[in-house]
Amino acid sequence: MKNNIASRNRTAKIGQSVMFGSTLFALVALVALLLNVVNRSFGNVIVRREMEASAFSPTPLDQLSRDDLAALVKRIADSDDYEGLTRGAYRRMDLEKPFAERSKDDIIGIINERLIKEEVVTSFTMWQTVFDQAGMNAELAKLNKSLKVGSPEGRIEFRSWINSRFFTQTMGSVAENSGIRVAILGSLAVIALTMLLALPIGIGAAIYLEEYAVKSRLNDLIQTNITNLAGVPSIIYGMLGLFVFVRALESFTSGAMFGITDSNGRTVLSAGLTMSLLVLPIIIINAQEAIRAVPNSLRQASYGIGATKWETIRDHIMPAALPGIMTGTILAMSRAMGETAPMVVIGASTFIVSDPTGPFSKFTTLPIQIYTWTAQPDEQFRNIAAAAILVLLVTLLSLNMIAILLRNRFSK
Amino acid sequence: MQPQKQNSKPKEQKMLAEKASIFYGSFRAVADVTLPVYERQITAIIGPSGCGKSTLLRAFNRMNDLVQGARVDGKVLLDGEDIYGAEVDAVAVRRRVGMVFQRPNPFPKSIYDNVAYGVRLGNSRISKPELDSIVEQSLRGAALWDEVKDKLKSSGTALSGGQQQRLCIARAIAVQPDVLLMDEPCSALDPIATIKIEELMQTLKERYTIMIVTHNMQQASRASDYTVMMMMRADRAGEMIEFDETKRIFTNPRDKRTEDYVSGRFG
Repeated sequence: MKNNIASRNRTAKIGQSVMFGSTLFALVALVALLLNVVNRSFGNVIVRREMEASAFSPTPLDQLSRDDLAALVKRIADSDDYEGLTRGAYRRMDLEKPFAERSKDDIIGIINERLIKEEVVTSFTMWQTVFDQAGMNAELAKLNKSLKVGSPEGRIEFRSWINSRFFTQTMGSVAENSGIRVAILGSLAVIALTMLLALPIGIGAAIYLEEYAVKSRLNDLIQTNITNLAGVPSIIYGMLGLFVFVRALESFTSGAMFGITDSNGRTVLSAGLTMSLLVLPIIIINAQEAIRAVPNSLRQASYGIGATKWETIRDHIMPAALPGIMTGTILAMSRAMGETAPMVVIGASTFIVSDPTGPFSKFTTLPIQIYTWTAQPDEQFRNIAAAAILVLLVTLLSLNMIAILLRNRFSK
Repeated sequence: MQPQKQNSKPKEQKMLAEKASIFYGSFRAVADVTLPVYERQITAIIGPSGCGKSTLLRAFNRMNDLVQGARVDGKVLLDGEDIYGAEVDAVAVRRRVGMVFQRPNPFPKSIYDNVAYGVRLGNSRISKPELDSIVEQSLRGAALWDEVKDKLKSSGTALSGGQQQRLCIARAIAVQPDVLLMDEPCSALDPIATIKIEELMQTLKERYTIMIVTHNMQQASRASDYTVMMMMRADRAGEMIEFDETKRIFTNPRDKRTEDYVSGRFG
């Protein structure tokens, strides 16, 4: 055979299949990850209840209005029929926070906790729910047999661990009553602060390095350093944040300087500052690449009709580089959203029930919340951890989607 | 080297390079050029690749300043004033000496904004009617008005190559410069677009002093009044070997190398 064409073609075929295999592997891994998360986020559970809601309310509780629920609780307390919700207990709770001000989810929570006393005994995965009816029934039978006579029996119900209460509740000691409201608000607050700090500084640095800095030893050194900083493990940024922002600058980051006294340095502000240091190299490098990709002919055209350097940057380079800078921002935002290690180090709260109200609040973030829940012994916490992961993924996707839409609009 | 004044009347010198040498770092790209540029005439720069034609052209509006380490020794005068003088701003020079580049490079903006951009920079409070009329005059001046008057709001980059280049010319003349530098303006265009630009140059020269770098011998002989012949020396610096009226360069050059080059024997 001339030129070994057959064997060369064979090599090419092998190369092609190897690369196809790599793609396939990545795809399978991704699908497996998603399936695993979804598998735990939905599924049947065995629940036991002291009583059913139908015992005191003909309509299901979540179909009642807030005021109806408040009236229902009052009626139950006044009747004094139920041990869990006596007149005295009602008065105490009303003093804590008047029922007129409590939210619907809050009141349902009270009814669940005091009257229905729902307890999830076992939770099954999506897979078991769909394919293992016999196994679930066996589990239920075993449970019911082991119960004392007179205590409520378990029953199998389907449960989506992502539900409206999951978004509106704060953390709790029981998985079914725990939610991610504080974590989502915390994550959003930290991201907003991070972007507010890192974007202007990052883009400014990129413009300086690309358009103003002359080629010199010093500037080469700066450039190399920025590139390397992008690869520094995030926990090291966490240490930096702990020493500089949480400890050394505590009077600033805790808000003591501004007259806030009930806080320490472990605040949204410290987290935002640390996170902006972490994403700064990513933003700078991507913005630099975007600026470098602006064709030189555009610069020449601008200078050629007598525009100054600043006018050239403002009117031509920035608009042309904006889509690329947006891409960098997307990457940085995703990174900041998912970063856990530095948050652990600077001391995000692992148990917190109050929403962040400003830069000087204590906070937690979604990844921290997930991490905390996966470390709990109770099996149901794994279910809400999976649900929280799903929420984190969807939040990331929607943030990226918004950024991509913005980018496409600007690149027109 | 002065051109031999035969029957033509003496011309005003608009610009003058005096012993100008251009360096990139320690490398001398162009050596000791002394070259008068006559007002409202077209001066063509010809020569083989790499001989520093474009570099020389860019020295006339300080575009070389944008290259790090570039520097000019000697003088380049514009109306008798050295444009490399200590108190002269490169931006001011470029407002008076406009430039058209090898590849058409309109801004990714509307046709209107392409032309209006430079005008707005100099006068941000210009009234809309005034700006409209400058845009129209500039586009008419670049022989483009009739083709684009109905789509001034559409993007400049959507035009054909020849139209884009005329848009760039309109953009350059909108700021009312004295001199227009053209760096191989037709090298990316087809022959028909090329002829249009050449015809346009003949109209433009009634108001502007034009310098053009070209690789096209016919273009230089057809379109220019004066021609500069450049060659690369042994040390790779470009030097000017002959400057004269175009007619003479192409019919009876003094230098043997010019004769060889324009007759196509090398280069």
